[in-house]
Amino acid sequence: MRRLLAVLPPAATFLALWAAWSYATGPGGLPSYLLPPPGAVARALWSGLADGAFWPHIRFTLTATLSGYLLGSLAAVITGILVAESRLFERFVFPYIVAVQAMPKVALAPLILVWFGFGLASKVVLVGLICFFPLLVNTIGGIRRADPDLIAMARAFSRPGWWIFLHIKLPAAASAIFAGLEIGIVLALIGAVVGEFVASERGVGYLIGSATVNMNVAVMFAGVVVLAAFGVLGSSLIRALQRRVVFWEGARNDLPPAGRT
Amino acid sequence: MSVAPAVAPEPPVLALSDVRFAYRGSEPPILDALTLDVAEGAFVAILGPSGGGKSTLLKLLAGLERPQAGTMTLAGTPIRGPRREIGMVFQKPTLLPWRTVRDNVLLPAAFASRASDAERARADHLIETVGLARAAALYPGALSGGMAQRVGLARMLMHRPQLLLLDEPFSALDAMTRERLSLELQRIWMEERSTALFVTHSIPEALFLADRIVVLAGRPGRILADMEVPLARPRTLDSLGAPDFARLARQLRRLFDDSIAAGDPVR
Ligand SMILES: Nc1ncnc2c1ncn2[C@@H]1O[C@H](COP(=O)(O)OP(=O)(O)OP(=O)(O)O)[C@@H](O)[C@H]1O
Ligand SMILES: [Mg+2]
Repeated sequence: MRRLLAVLPPAATFLALWAAWSYATGPGGLPSYLLPPPGAVARALWSGLADGAFWPHIRFTLTATLSGYLLGSLAAVITGILVAESRLFERFVFPYIVAVQAMPKVALAPLILVWFGFGLASKVVLVGLICFFPLLVNTIGGIRRADPDLIAMARAFSRPGWWIFLHIKLPAAASAIFAGLEIGIVLALIGAVVGEFVASERGVGYLIGSATVNMNVAVMFAGVVVLAAFGVLGSSLIRALQRRVVFWEGARNDLPPAGRT
Repeated sequence: MSVAPAVAPEPPVLALSDVRFAYRGSEPPILDALTLDVAEGAFVAILGPSGGGKSTLLKLLAGLERPQAGTMTLAGTPIRGPRREIGMVFQKPTLLPWRTVRDNVLLPAAFASRASDAERARADHLIETVGLARAAALYPGALSGGMAQRVGLARMLMHRPQLLLLDEPFSALDAMTRERLSLELQRIWMEERSTALFVTHSIPEALFLADRIVVLAGRPGRILADMEVPLARPRTLDSLGAPDFARLARQLRRLFDDSIAAGDPVR
């Protein structure tokens, strides 16, 4: 019952938007080459999925997004740990990280396509690059913001440095790392789609691009809907994971999750 | 081999001599020419105005900071860094929010998943001693302030330390909880037979717990008064109302005010 009540308001909004959209694209409304009616978009989406025309594109975009995201995130967390924990590494690398971070990475897309070709590799690289920096910055900040009193406490009890890192700094950084991962999943999609816009023969970005050339606006919209679904799904997965891993935050007075001691 | 003299004075378990300490760039030093001997098994309260260097002194003893001059020895060996014979309770509870009460108590050893049976048994015993048996599996977020400080007490005792350092462990708690925890601390200390250094702002708390009260004040901080507390043990909350207690409290208050007036202005 609760769940049903929680779903009702957004469902009402959805219906209202659908109605407004239908009305705007109805008789005397916007021409369908500018804005197709919602029914047409739904039909384009359905037939694309049913006859299999969308699947290779979806698979391509998902592969590029996920592999780039995993590689970029892994690299970001490792680099972040090195920067936060090693003075030497920080001195050599940190200024450049700051400089590159300020640069819009999508501007590098054409260059990366030239270097890595028009296939999957260039998309993976672009995705990795684009989700690397926010996570890097969050990892460094999270580790640095670990409570110094907790660290002093652990030192007073003769806990070694690696222990302090593993059991204090890393858990302290966990929620910042998850925030970076959540930003990253959305940026990763942007990276993949930009890469596909610039030069590709596959992918949802390519699908949207080629539909534009053919003025097939309904397919364009269907592509956008697919991308939106990826984004929503990805960030809710990350959030669900975060709630399980960083269980001590937010729900301060909750009982511990079952099965942990 | 020589025969020990009949009445050998008990050698101090903790000896500080001419200790000087300044944080980087702080002038004058926080502590200077600090000399203090603590007998084995004593309970020493350290009283002093805010900013007098009490926490700094405990940090030095815990091996978290190194003095610029002077020597500190525990049981004859110089303190050069954190030692397992030293246990500490901090002003803030400083518990790991992502670990259960049990794991927090086990922290000086190893967490439950890797601890030995003996360590686990010790932790469970300590958790029971501080009255938290039913909270052992909870996370710190679910504890009250008093419960969290109890976890801190249990954690301090995990390694059976010779020397207990307590930095205003009850200062954030309400008066009732403080009294109850003071009683518990006395009982634990009498059971564990260790030496304790207890920093506090409260004269009654110092009198209730300590055999000896040291006033640390001035800038740089020195020991400006040193007084025995000849009250019988175990002390009860009724001792707080005894005439002896009131007399000692008055005496201590005068000593405290005089020593602060005699010392350099605190700020
Ligand atoms: N990490 C630090 N770096 C520099 N100065 C510090 C540091 N910690 C404390 N101080 C200074 O050292 C002096 C003594 O501080 P300390 O914490 O030892 O006092 P305290 O006697 O414990 O005071 P309180 O009763 O308020 O806890 C203060 O003037 C404080 O500003
Ligand atoms: Mg202090």
